[in-house]
Amino acid sequence: MATYLVSMLNGLAMGSLLFAIALGLSLVFGMMDVLNLAHGAVYLVGAYVAVALVADGGGLAVFVLAVLAAAAAGAVLGGGLAALTRAIPHHLDQALLTLGVALTVAELLSVAFGNEVHSIAAPAAVAGSVTVAGETYPVYRLLVIGFGMVLAVAVYVLVERSQLGSVIRATVADRPMVSALGINTGRVLVGVFGAGAALAAVAGVLAGPILGAQPGLDERVLLLALVVVVIGGLGSVRGALLGALVIGQVQAVGAALVPEYASFLIFAAMALVLLLRPAGLLPAAGTAVRV
Amino acid sequence: MTAGQARSGTERHEAPGPASDTAPGGGDGGRRDLADRPVSHAPLLVAAGAAALLVAAPLVLGPYPVTTATRILAFAVLVLSVDLLTGVTGLPTLGQAAYFGVGAYTAALVGIHVTADAAAQVIAACVAGLIAAAVTGWIAVRARGIVFFMLTLAIGESVHQVADTWSALGASNGLSGMPPIRLFGSPPLLAAGFVYWWVLAVAIAVFAAVTLVARSPYGRTLRGIRDNEPRMRALGYRTAAARYGVFCLAGAVAGVGGALWAAQARFVSPGDLGFEVAALALLSVVIGGAGSLWGPCLGAALVLIVRDNLSASLGGHGPLLLGLVFIAVVFLMPRGVAGLVGARRHPRTRTEIPS
Repeated sequence: MATYLVSMLNGLAMGSLLFAIALGLSLVFGMMDVLNLAHGAVYLVGAYVAVALVADGGGLAVFVLAVLAAAAAGAVLGGGLAALTRAIPHHLDQALLTLGVALTVAELLSVAFGNEVHSIAAPAAVAGSVTVAGETYPVYRLLVIGFGMVLAVAVYVLVERSQLGSVIRATVADRPMVSALGINTGRVLVGVFGAGAALAAVAGVLAGPILGAQPGLDERVLLLALVVVVIGGLGSVRGALLGALVIGQVQAVGAALVPEYASFLIFAAMALVLLLRPAGLLPAAGTAVRV
Repeated sequence: MTAGQARSGTERHEAPGPASDTAPGGGDGGRRDLADRPVSHAPLLVAAGAAALLVAAPLVLGPYPVTTATRILAFAVLVLSVDLLTGVTGLPTLGQAAYFGVGAYTAALVGIHVTADAAAQVIAACVAGLIAAAVTGWIAVRARGIVFFMLTLAIGESVHQVADTWSALGASNGLSGMPPIRLFGSPPLLAAGFVYWWVLAVAIAVFAAVTLVARSPYGRTLRGIRDNEPRMRALGYRTAAARYGVFCLAGAVAGVGGALWAAQARFVSPGDLGFEVAALALLSVVIGGAGSLWGPCLGAALVLIVRDNLSASLGGHGPLLLGLVFIAVVFLMPRGVAGLVGARRHPRTRTEIPS
């Protein structure tokens, strides 16, 4: 039972990170129909920011600095991607453009940091472990779970309860109508694109002590985020949260029980959801029609 | 790779060459293809010339360039399958590398455990690609446009992960120890030139088959789906079945490409079906011009040469150049090389990919 608990906690930590990554992907897709294939590369930028700043376990202040630096880098990248994709009319061409950016950024990172696997130490202050139900568990992962909870609540309040959030949700549902009401949807799009990319980059730093940084990680993260978005429903915040929690659990418990087939389980979960509910578990209003 | 047109052009007015591929335009494309166009011999001559050059290549080139050309041909078959979905049917895909990999692993397993006969390997890989596409495709073809694109990416990456972790396939170490191929009871084909000729023959046959499909009534149905699916449905076509069919067909073609790849490399690793391969195949289609069949083959050659041969002189960072090319092509020539040729011949028609 205690080993299950550890797996479930690992799954929660993974789910927290996946939520932070998938949120931007989902909202950008819901708003602009842009599949941002560079999202994994943005995550990897964050991971390498952590490598550059806190690789050998600096203090908590340096770690916070790394988070802020990654957020800034992610926001800049996201803003640039938004500007580039809005200059192109066709959705496929937009996806291809982000694919080109993804290849370029990933390759630039491997030029700068080499091809070896980098591991990142958790900040010294939270590097220890505590006893949870008789099993030792790293404090850092508990903090990641806490971050996920705070993020979920903050995003819920922002998107579902605030005025800005209602503009965002309305833009997902019917962009021309919001535009006709006199709201600059272009600014909303760039803002959400930038904020989503910043969150992905922050997740890259936070995931550093768990997943490390290496070439190819961007693709794995992009795949997981895509599966989360597909399972949860496109353009939906609650869907992204539910999808992230499901995939986090499937991955962690699957890795503990049947390590050989863990990756297959994720695909099976996605296939099952698509079979029963093709629009995802909690699709955003107005997007179900398009799927 | 334009050689296929020489073989497939049994009826002269049915084989007008590349231009018809790039000019499907709305509703009148079919009529123009069949009757309204004056018959031209030039494309046939170009195709025959290209075929002759391809066949003669091993006689003048050294073993290394011949090996490179073999890899390009195998990759071009994968690119054809991507083009069949992306260009002809308007279903952009990043998942074909998965079926390419299924074909490559099947061919390698058949080679190691059953027979070194290359024809048997190609047939087994073709069937395996078909089955894999049939099993996974029904999830994907329910969606359209960008959602389809996303699902194929998820399928492709999932298959990649399976190959990367399944110990029966050598997991991340890959599958080595495949014996050299034999042909119809011949001794093992060790010389690069013989392997090249076998791969060339299969690739030309696949090109001819895909060309025939693209020009058949079924191919016209697919183009109709690309241009206006609701109208095709209203006309009574079963568009869902047609899309599922072309997905399975593309899986089989990609499987053949994988077998050819394995026949040359005699080693398969998870990297052969990864995201990068899928992205490069799509890049080849985009560079060459989606919907044309000869353009993407040229694109395949360009992409593979940049990745494998120019990469060394760029400090091993060929993908950086490819990423920049990708961005530049999307901005500057969204209809690819074939689009440039098509635009010169038919200034008013444009191939659009709906999404």
